[in-house]
Amino acid sequence: MSDLLKFDLLSASIALKNKEFSSLELTNAYFEAIEKTSALGAYLEIIKDHSMNMAKASDKNINNGTSRPLEGLPIGVKDMFCTKDIKTTASSKILENFCPTYESTVTQNLWDDGAVMLGKLSCDEFAMGSSNETAAKGNVVNPWLKNSKMSPGGSSGGSASAVAARSALAATGTDTGGSIRQPAAFCGVTGLKPTYGRCSRWGIVAFSSSLDQAGPLTRTVSDAALMLNSMAGYDKKDSTSANLEMPDLMNYLDKGIKGKKIGIPKEYTQDGISQDIVKFYEKSINWLKESGAEILPVSLPHTKYALPVYYIIAPAEASSNLARYDGVRYGKRNEAASLDEMYEVTRGNGFGEEVKRRIMIGTYVLSSGYYDAYYLKAQKVRRLIKEDFDNVFEEVDYILTPSTPTTSFELGQKQDPLTMYLNDIFTVPASLAGLPGISLPVGLDKSGLPIGIQLIANSFDEPGLISTARALERSAEFNFIPDGAAT
Amino acid sequence: MSNKNTIVDIPTVNKIARLSRLDIPEASKQSLTNDLNNILGFVAQLEEVDTSDVKPLASVTGHRLPLRSDEVTDGNIEDLVLKNAPESSSGFFVVPKVIE
Repeated sequence: MSDLLKFDLLSASIALKNKEFSSLELTNAYFEAIEKTSALGAYLEIIKDHSMNMAKASDKNINNGTSRPLEGLPIGVKDMFCTKDIKTTASSKILENFCPTYESTVTQNLWDDGAVMLGKLSCDEFAMGSSNETAAKGNVVNPWLKNSKMSPGGSSGGSASAVAARSALAATGTDTGGSIRQPAAFCGVTGLKPTYGRCSRWGIVAFSSSLDQAGPLTRTVSDAALMLNSMAGYDKKDSTSANLEMPDLMNYLDKGIKGKKIGIPKEYTQDGISQDIVKFYEKSINWLKESGAEILPVSLPHTKYALPVYYIIAPAEASSNLARYDGVRYGKRNEAASLDEMYEVTRGNGFGEEVKRRIMIGTYVLSSGYYDAYYLKAQKVRRLIKEDFDNVFEEVDYILTPSTPTTSFELGQKQDPLTMYLNDIFTVPASLAGLPGISLPVGLDKSGLPIGIQLIANSFDEPGLISTARALERSAEFNFIPDGAAT
Repeated sequence: MSNKNTIVDIPTVNKIARLSRLDIPEASKQSLTNDLNNILGFVAQLEEVDTSDVKPLASVTGHRLPLRSDEVTDGNIEDLVLKNAPESSSGFFVVPKVIE
């Protein structure tokens, strides 16, 4: 492996400031890595000239002593973020030629802090999926056990695969029901979904507006803290953006967790969960105990209803959000004689099967006669799920759960939509309650695939989440590199 | 599929497809109907939760939507607005003829 690829975000940032190498050299090393790992299919678009210009500008700033927090660090961007004059497709055929005329707030924040953009990363179509197989241009491959063609998870599968394969130093993701945390777990990287409202949704392709949140996928907890510092912030262009200052997360890395109370919810150890994951879950509990935390059993009684609630609310909001793809203002159009037929053939051809299924479910649960029975009912149970968390956070500071019931599976293995939905069983509850969660790798299962453990914090307690995750990371000492990583 | 699990049939799927403005090929209607029944059957377990005194939760933030004064914050970007349109003419989006 090129020596430059061994640096993580934080250590690369220090090395750049010490002029051990330049951003141009680092960015070049990443373009070589992108080429070497191209069979993984993580990138949809690379923009080498643009990246090199950004790197040169960063080197100038470093030499002038005017470095910004992410100066010269090359990162990948999930294709859900609108990037000005750079194709943004959300992995959908309907947006195959869409070139935004504006930049999303989150990516603008990253460029304003000096980051260098490598390109756009594949994901499930409109972020709807848990295996990256719904992407119009085909699935992404997990760099672990590269000959077995494992799923990187989804929807931020390209982001997780690239960070694990060392073809991006870090990447942005979006998480609606687990789309950052589940692929992070499958690819052995760290994925953080912030509190709903922490990162602006402006300029992110909308899927389910009451749930969508942007966050970082990185190699370490420190990197997640560094990157979220730049991504987060109040934005008056997003009416649900939280007008609340986030403290510098880098100050919380080594605060320790002495005396902190960690809740272990009894509902998260169910049938069907892999024995290797149970083993590492128990190890993680012990590690936190050894680090000085107090472990308490807790109960979140409505957990089993989280997935059914999610699969009403998310499709309902999606059916409304995706109404904008009408072949008139942007996106692909299929010609037809009448306006209505044009809408129908454009959308019928432009959307993939999973997206169409979710639009249909969403339309059904919002339609006259069914709204109360499905949509309103789901919103009521969503409140009960949120109240479960409110009650538990009266007793404990953080909640520890597995990130996923199983490790990664082979691509093409799960054909039934409902079986696929069960992947997100441990990540969806925190999404419905708007809570911050982080998945970090703690070990490998028998076949050599990474295992992710999730920590959930109360709203806006990203600082404490970072301290706790850092403590767990220190104990787990996960330093494996996938066989499919760039060499 | 047994009748017990039949929540939507093909005529209902046709109706939802029409409301969704989605052209669904005849050949895939049966499998789509089966998928929708499976998913709707799965979410139907919410019926067992007593929600008689529970208010629906639409937003987790708890804060009210902020208001701002009604002022123009942007504008004169006609070219940019039309840039991604499949068809435009004289500053307008072009659609198939609507009025005979």
